[in-house]
Amino acid sequence: MAISAGATPSPEMPSSKLTRAALIGAALVLVLMVAMFAGARFGLLLLIGLGFGITLEGLRFGFAGPWRAMILRREPAGLLAQLLAIALVALVAFPLLSSNGAELTGAHAPVGFAMVGGAFVFGVAMQIVLGCGSGTLVNAGSGNAVSLVALPFFAIGSFLGASHLGFWTDLGTLPVVAFAGSTGLMLTLSALAAVAVIAIVIGKPGTRMLPRRLWIAAALIAALALANLVVAGQPWGVVYGLGLWVAKGASALGADLGASAFWGSPTHAERLAQSILTDVTSLTNLGIIGGAFAVAVWKGGLAQRLPKLPPRAWIATIIAGLALGYSSRLAFGCNVGAFFSGISTGSLHGWAWFGAAFLGSMIGVRLRPRLGLEG
Amino acid sequence: MMIATRKFGVGILFAVLAGFLAFDLQASAPLNPFQAPPIFALGSGQASSGAHCAAGIGGN
Repeated sequence: MAISAGATPSPEMPSSKLTRAALIGAALVLVLMVAMFAGARFGLLLLIGLGFGITLEGLRFGFAGPWRAMILRREPAGLLAQLLAIALVALVAFPLLSSNGAELTGAHAPVGFAMVGGAFVFGVAMQIVLGCGSGTLVNAGSGNAVSLVALPFFAIGSFLGASHLGFWTDLGTLPVVAFAGSTGLMLTLSALAAVAVIAIVIGKPGTRMLPRRLWIAAALIAALALANLVVAGQPWGVVYGLGLWVAKGASALGADLGASAFWGSPTHAERLAQSILTDVTSLTNLGIIGGAFAVAVWKGGLAQRLPKLPPRAWIATIIAGLALGYSSRLAFGCNVGAFFSGISTGSLHGWAWFGAAFLGSMIGVRLRPRLGLEG
Repeated sequence: MMIATRKFGVGILFAVLAGFLAFDLQASAPLNPFQAPPIFALGSGQASSGAHCAAGIGGN
């Protein structure tokens, strides 16, 4: 059984050639329109986002699902694929960052009490809804009802978490620690290899090998993440864009975000003033949703009925969605911005995030059935 | 009686996103492709200027 954080299988009726041609055409038209009206870089970032969405949904490369498989069934293949993708990115990103420090930045953030606590809560919440930062976007794009409900609350939580960030970081934060250069790369690759060995040793015999699709997915995700870095000048991220969307809405409703220490600072105020079609994480987020949608249509997976879950499951989904957004801002990223991009660009906070979120996931997988989310 | 499928949920999502995008384009500074940054940050000679999830209060 494949490991997936994406949608549940559906009685699929593949789409017609005409539908598929229309999907490809629509995607290309959207990319070209963004390139024409906003700028070539932004069109390319939307295309990269579409690539992420197609790869994540089409090849069922996930984060929450593989962690669940490792915790409950000791199946390490999905986790190993994540480690492989991170290592592939690190191999190229470390030299690029060392030699182009003025043009490119890593996902570097400090370790602190709130950062670790936020990652732990994120781990719990992502297992409750079985969707992480990228997973919630992918699942929503493919019509998963739980993620469709969680997504707006994820965005609201991200906005609130960013707004309160100063309070939480003041509880205690270490200086930023970022590994760099050859030594930093060797340390990172060694640590990734050590985690892989542990996963393989703990893993159940017969589940330790990566299926072909995960080799391909890991390589594609790594290539897209590097493209994101080269084009945008910053690594792949998810959470910032979601919070920005709500901040724009709050601002339109009359909220004075200029008084916010976070949203009022020059960088974020600039993002608020500009269209989301010029914001890196917004564009890749939209692309992920669109890419997952395209795969779902391509496979004919949108005909599946929405699930009938008990009220407590929907309440849990809303709370978990808020927690995902809020905690990931405290943790300086989600599974993408902190775990994937943090580790692959040398940030110590990525490793702290991994440990804390995995512990949280061990609790989350046990909460999920109690909250009525497993039917 | 209508049976709610994934198509229905996705339809709502895209309607909301389209509405938000229309609002955003109306409320934000006008797009100007002639003032856009170079297509690749790498090799552009310009400092990275976007905001990221790892960004702190000051944006970096």
